[in-house]
Amino acid sequence: MTDQDTAQGETVLRLSGITKRFGALTANDAISFSLAKGDVVALLGENGAGKTTLMNILFGHYTADEGMVEVFGQALPPGQPGAALAAGVGMVHQHFTLADNMTVLENVLLGTGSLWSPGLGKPAARRKLQALAQDFGLLVDPDARVAELSVGERQRVEILKALYRDARILILDEPTAVLTPQEADALFLTLRKMVEQGLSVIFISHKLHEVMAISSRVLVLRHGKLVGETATKATDRHQLATLMVGAEIEAPAPAEARPGAVLMRLDGVSTAPQGNRPGLKAVDLELKAGQILGLAGVSGNGQGALADLISGLEAPASGRLEIAGHPVTGWSPRSALLSGIGRIPEDRHRTGTVADFSLTENAVLESYRDAPIARAGWMDWAAARRATEAIITKYDVRCPGPEARIRLLSGGNMQKLILGRVLEAAPRIILANQPVRGLDIGAVTYVQEQLIAARDAGAAVLLISEDLDEILTLSDVIRVISGGRLSPEFARGEKTPAELGQWMAGQGFDHAA
Amino acid sequence: MMRLDPIAAPSPARTLGLPALAILATIALAAGLAAIAGANPLETFGLIVKGAVGSRFATLETLNRATPLIFTGLAVAVAFRARLWNIGAEAQLYAGALMTVVIGTQLGLPGPLAIPLMALGAIVAGALVLLGPVLLKTRLGVDEVVTTLLLNFIMALFISYLLEGPLKDPMGMGWPKSPALPRDARLPRIVEGLRLHWGFALALICAAGVWVMQTRTTLGYEIRAVGQNPQAARFAGIPVGRVLVKTALISGGLAALAGFSEVAGLKGNLTSDLSPDFGYTGIIVAMLALLHPLGVVVSALFVAGIFVGADSMSRAAEVPTYIADILLAAALLFMVLAILLTRYRVVRG
Ligand SMILES: Nc1ncnc2c1ncn2[C@@H]1O[C@H](COP(=O)(O)OP(=O)(O)OP(=O)(O)O)[C@@H](O)[C@H]1O
Ligand SMILES: [Mg+2]
Repeated sequence: MTDQDTAQGETVLRLSGITKRFGALTANDAISFSLAKGDVVALLGENGAGKTTLMNILFGHYTADEGMVEVFGQALPPGQPGAALAAGVGMVHQHFTLADNMTVLENVLLGTGSLWSPGLGKPAARRKLQALAQDFGLLVDPDARVAELSVGERQRVEILKALYRDARILILDEPTAVLTPQEADALFLTLRKMVEQGLSVIFISHKLHEVMAISSRVLVLRHGKLVGETATKATDRHQLATLMVGAEIEAPAPAEARPGAVLMRLDGVSTAPQGNRPGLKAVDLELKAGQILGLAGVSGNGQGALADLISGLEAPASGRLEIAGHPVTGWSPRSALLSGIGRIPEDRHRTGTVADFSLTENAVLESYRDAPIARAGWMDWAAARRATEAIITKYDVRCPGPEARIRLLSGGNMQKLILGRVLEAAPRIILANQPVRGLDIGAVTYVQEQLIAARDAGAAVLLISEDLDEILTLSDVIRVISGGRLSPEFARGEKTPAELGQWMAGQGFDHAA
Repeated sequence: MMRLDPIAAPSPARTLGLPALAILATIALAAGLAAIAGANPLETFGLIVKGAVGSRFATLETLNRATPLIFTGLAVAVAFRARLWNIGAEAQLYAGALMTVVIGTQLGLPGPLAIPLMALGAIVAGALVLLGPVLLKTRLGVDEVVTTLLLNFIMALFISYLLEGPLKDPMGMGWPKSPALPRDARLPRIVEGLRLHWGFALALICAAGVWVMQTRTTLGYEIRAVGQNPQAARFAGIPVGRVLVKTALISGGLAALAGFSEVAGLKGNLTSDLSPDFGYTGIIVAMLALLHPLGVVVSALFVAGIFVGADSMSRAAEVPTYIADILLAAALLFMVLAILLTRYRVVRG
């Protein structure tokens, strides 16, 4: 799309002077821009810059304090998602909005037909859904319950939902944060097809290579202000990074690891599958002190089962789990914590935080019964607040304060609080499940440096990521998971990305099948 | 079509004005009903207020009536915080009353020993009654709304059976009631000569205790976490099942104290009409208080005042006491609506 001339395209969307305040905070400050037919605009900015807020105003979830939105020349009534939908604006949210206990098809249909005859027109709807899924490469079983889907699959449902409603303008809030590179490439194919059909796209991303690859224009927000607007071909990654954070960012380059003792060992561990999610199949794994083990793999191949096992949510159905040489008994999240395992969960909204709790209450979720936060069953809230303020300062969590409810934080800032909660407990073993998902480039570097620092201090780190680049940057050793099985251990640089990609596609496992 | 739109930061005018409006709406509705019943609305209200707090006797009556409602309201508030839907405060109340009578009349203990033992026994009995449903919930996933509700009926039948059989007062002239507690096993009055017993003070202490428990202890924190996001709570190492069990024990114990206080403080014996739905009314009390333990005291006083006031009003004017039930139901509905409207605004679209 970079070479496409959008200058004469018909204007489909115009935002003028959008301002939104939350109390003392100005999340959007007099933002104006317009979108042409066939445009793919990338919206960039640090965590908390106001990107999601702006999109929520555009979609009618929030009402702007000032300014207005026009779609196809018509002013949108403020605060009405229904009107935005009808005008052809579709939105895929950063935080998914699916009904867990319903099927994919039901979710897509939700709100499209009459409430009183939910079964009506289902066969036709199914055909339309399957056609869309086929056309745009968004494969997902229409009859699967959303609760059983991986994060990546849920995202596909969200996109299908918007497409199903014949959106002309599609807003994607960090769509690739949850996708594998392959899935992201597929999504970009999808977006290209949409553009060919005259749709316009606004997408938010923290990944600059994607922005360069897919967008025709780039907008940069900083502290709620539009600080940059440029054609993609007229810029480069470095310039964008500088615009975003005001300084240039260097990717971390970890020094040679000095691995020590084995801190955790899995010996032929299997776990039961859950719904569509595969279990582990006779997995052997060693996590060594002072080493980052990167687990590459396509989403939904057993990463969830392994993470649940190490988090203590699930016990081995067979095989042995040893920590520091001792087999574990009565395995639970609590015993995992007591064994010195720090867990950065994949889903910060469902498992990582309690949305209506304050930052303070969330910061002590894992340490609330121990001194200094509590003594003999009594909470010391002053101590809890001090600990939280320390995390807020040290990890640069942008927030109204420790008493604010965490649901008001931007995604990246929520993640930083979780990171602080985990690292401040000085864990011996760290499970980092998609630790930088949704973080801005500055924060990504920061989190990665923290993981490396923890490694250098002697922690064993298991890094689970669908982003091969991240795995390659950080890992001292790499293993690939596919269908619940683990590949042999590869040293850093032993395999090329292409070779790892083949393992991720399930090749090489055959002997073990 | 109409939609609800969340309000990011509700203004003070909204948060204070709407509940006030809810109270006004309740009064207006009741006034209309009084007018339909052929009475002068203003006069009716005057009579209700006078009946509730118009004299020392009336006020004490209201406080007495509020006592069991504070206990059951607290029981519900504690459980609902953990999203444990205890609809069975009625059964737990009767379990507590039963234990009180059994210990007080069968063991022959001296008063100073009997009273604490009766209270303790009541708490244990009430806790056990809720333990079953909560274990079924945590172990087998059985819906506690159904089990706790059904236990109310089972308990009512069980009590009737006891009062007709093993526990029937031989001196009761055939009435289905238990023998009376000995004088020294009764709760003394707070001030000699005033008809208000120590059960009321105990209820206030419990409310303060629950408040401290919820805000200052690790258990209170666990209960809130489990109620708001059990998945995150479990991940964080909070033993969700055990927290629910502890919640149930506290909730059941509090409801049982209502039975203890009614028997030992007011009635002196157990009858099958000991509780005019105190258990169910506790749900209204807790909801009106937004599950806040100190709010429960206020809303229990409010609800008791309406009951007592309406009783006395209906004796003076010819308006049926049903107006009390209508007032309460309307107050609850309007209050729920007001709370909804402080958080959401209605838009057309
Ligand atoms: N409803 C709200 N009430 C108060 N503050 C809010 C609310 N929604 C967002 N904010 C604040 O507004 C700021 C912008 O948030 P927003 O979610 O738009 O950031 P973002 O650019 O999308 O960040 P990220 O990249 O982390 O997703 C943040 O500081 C956030 O805490
Ligand atoms: Mg965002």
